[in-house]
Amino acid sequence: MKLLRMTPGKGDVLLAEGDPAVAEDEERLVREFRRQLDLGMWAAVPHEGPGGRREATMVRDFSEVPEAAERVIFFPRAAGG
Amino acid sequence: MGGRYVRNPARERRAEERARQLLRSTAGAEALEMYERLGFLTVENDDGEYGYLIYPHRPLVGYDARNGEPLSEYCVRFRDGSDPEAGERLPDADDVLAKWLALRMDEAHTLGTANVHPLGRQLDPAMVRRDLSALRSWKAAA
Repeated sequence: MKLLRMTPGKGDVLLAEGDPAVAEDEERLVREFRRQLDLGMWAAVPHEGPGGRREATMVRDFSEVPEAAERVIFFPRAAGG
Repeated sequence: MGGRYVRNPARERRAEERARQLLRSTAGAEALEMYERLGFLTVENDDGEYGYLIYPHRPLVGYDARNGEPLSEYCVRFRDGSDPEAGERLPDADDVLAKWLALRMDEAHTLGTANVHPLGRQLDPAMVRRDLSALRSWKAAA
């Protein structure tokens, strides 16, 4: 699983990568996941819906990330312009 | 000590290229093709009643998907001030993808944060109508 974050000037950057089934990796992934939410990011898990349509689900806790998820994408929360 | 933002076209081109790859791998190859050819993405509801034009760093435009008529502008931003030297703006393709993700994940909340205005406040209505016409042609060719 990869944790990615959209950033100005760079595009997406890799924050952490690991196998959540491995305790040491999971601990690192959870720590980075929480840090990004504390920084005010939203977390999205992309996936395919019915008929292969591209979808995304918001997750607010690492426990909500599906086991099969390959990526979690962090990006700034929406604000009125 | 952090510096202030200075535009760097080469860095921004690289960031945009990277953002386009993330857009392709997340929203799909067709979404990237639409963005590159038309300059915007769309999200439509399951019933095909309404949708949104998603422009980079410009308001979302709601439209009636049954007759192609534009409705309102929804001004919503995704700013990141974590690196002052890089500025606050995501690359264009990331901004479009952020809006796409936000609408897919939680449309009501995303619109609830937006400032809503009649069409024409920030966007030229004629441009929007041309884009909706281009969208119809795009769909017809698909």
